[in-house]
Amino acid sequence: MNHMAKKSGKFFLYMMISIAAIISLLPLYWVFSTSLQLTAYQDEDLAQPISYVEASPPKFYPAGISEYIEHWQEARTAEKDGNIELATHHRELMSGIITNSFSMYAYLFKHTNIWRWIFNSFYIAVVVTIGILIIDTMAGYVLAKKRFPGRNLIFWLIVSTMMIPGQVTLVPMFIMVQKLGLFDTHWALIFPDLSMVFGVFLMRQFLLSIPNELLDAARIDGAGEWRTFMTVVIPLSKPALATLGIFTFMNVWNSFLWPIIVLNNADLYTLPVGLKTLQDANLSIFKLLMSGAAVAAIPMIIIFIAFQQYFIKGLTLGGVKE
Amino acid sequence: MKLLEDIWKNRVSYLFLVPKLTFFTLFVVIPVVWAFFIAFQKYGIFGSEWVGLENFEKVLKSEAFYIAMGNTFKYTIITVPGSVIIALVLASLIHPLGKLGQSFYRSAFYLPTVTSMVIIAMVWRWIYNYRYGLFNYILSWFGIAPIDWLGQSSSALWAIIIMTLLIPPGVGIILYLAAMNNISESLYEAAKIDGAGPFQRWLFITLPMLKPTTLYLVMLSTIGSFQVFTQIILMTKGGPGHATETLVHIIYKTAFRDFEFGVAAAQSIFLFIIILIFSIIQYRVLKTDD
Repeated sequence: MNHMAKKSGKFFLYMMISIAAIISLLPLYWVFSTSLQLTAYQDEDLAQPISYVEASPPKFYPAGISEYIEHWQEARTAEKDGNIELATHHRELMSGIITNSFSMYAYLFKHTNIWRWIFNSFYIAVVVTIGILIIDTMAGYVLAKKRFPGRNLIFWLIVSTMMIPGQVTLVPMFIMVQKLGLFDTHWALIFPDLSMVFGVFLMRQFLLSIPNELLDAARIDGAGEWRTFMTVVIPLSKPALATLGIFTFMNVWNSFLWPIIVLNNADLYTLPVGLKTLQDANLSIFKLLMSGAAVAAIPMIIIFIAFQQYFIKGLTLGGVKE
Repeated sequence: MKLLEDIWKNRVSYLFLVPKLTFFTLFVVIPVVWAFFIAFQKYGIFGSEWVGLENFEKVLKSEAFYIAMGNTFKYTIITVPGSVIIALVLASLIHPLGKLGQSFYRSAFYLPTVTSMVIIAMVWRWIYNYRYGLFNYILSWFGIAPIDWLGQSSSALWAIIIMTLLIPPGVGIILYLAAMNNISESLYEAAKIDGAGPFQRWLFITLPMLKPTTLYLVMLSTIGSFQVFTQIILMTKGGPGHATETLVHIIYKTAFRDFEFGVAAAQSIFLFIIILIFSIIQYRVLKTDD
């Protein structure tokens, strides 16, 4: 009896969590599902002249899937019956379904700057990530391992600014960027991102845990400060570097408020800015909007699946995420 | 003299700090200090003049600012405890599942958080669509008539709040799980011997041990939620009327639509002070008494 109760309790637990998980993943699923939904047919043979994107009740999966299977089956029966003409007809409809399902992706890549936006987002995120990894490890290293006048002052100055919300500096940063002649350039995104302080904090915490003997051994071998840094500190910091790198990349890739302020030229847009203008111009073409959203979501989803353990480690190391 | 000698001896250390401190000074320190100056100026393209407290007066006299403040408070007061409680409940449910179950569900709940808020806001605008949206359709299963969620002032802010609550609190779940895994088994064993049931063990052992995590999460998500912006600009633009106006959105509009830099700086100083006060109160109330 007790055993039964325990078992059903566990079943109930799994069910509750699974329902919660489905609810939380549903919007993301809806992005992809809508982006692949069939739109109103041009071809009269495909009977239903309605768009499945705007259907009531909504279709819970891309209608193209079931239609495709239907025509595939009919094509096979027709082939068996030796009716080549009919089979070819169904095959043509099948490729029409594919074209229709992916139509908005095709549109995006043909008629908008989305390649440009992806490229911009990607290279800015890479440049900032590499820059942050180098300069934050340098700063974190001396703050953790060296004693020099002003060390604590510098550290506390850096940490205390973590409390200030970024919006406080919005206006002065904007004026600054204009005065430096950086407005509407990618430097206006890259330079301020390099001032983020979380990494210094993270690298310092991590390097504090590395025993001094390891560093001293290198110094006895006569290595200079820079060589010690490159050959000992950097290799030892790999786990922390991976975490910092991934979170920096994610934050830059997803950043939105600052880029919409300093970017004007459509060729310079990053992906989130591009998506905003796409939405402003096509307020109710949801299949198009969801296709754009899907294009933006895929890289982060892949990165997350590939580097999961670093995300978890990073969060538990000190709590990241904007 | 001794100090100078010390500095000279450590010159390499300072060199290591130069790159970070350059960007930090240029894009954090100077802007923060500058913000306080701009707030007391009428800032224009052709030069600026000191206007004393005029900008602050303007902010305090503007009705839209009070509405934005009220909306931001309402949003924060509901979503912060809501999200933290959801994180706590989900983590508590996931925790007994063992290693494999934990890592599977942890990832499932964290995945939506890695995608940009831009994407989440775009899809929710679609989900809230009056005629074809998923939300109204699901509500219709329960016999609820369709609502124009984002289109009417009575429901727009609620729509934003509901959406925020339905975004899984991935960070919170991960931190709570890590903290739960750190609680020593022997505490639970002792409680079991004393005859405490599972719920009692959760209430009297787990919950108190999680207090530092809770404090951290509450403070972190309060700061985040006072800065709510992306959803607003992409879903409602603060409307209808001022129904979903928030502090950061109004700062954004004041600065970059109306180009009233001085007023925007004054508004952002108010935002800073509000966040500071909230953080101090939360720290006082929730900190562990050692």
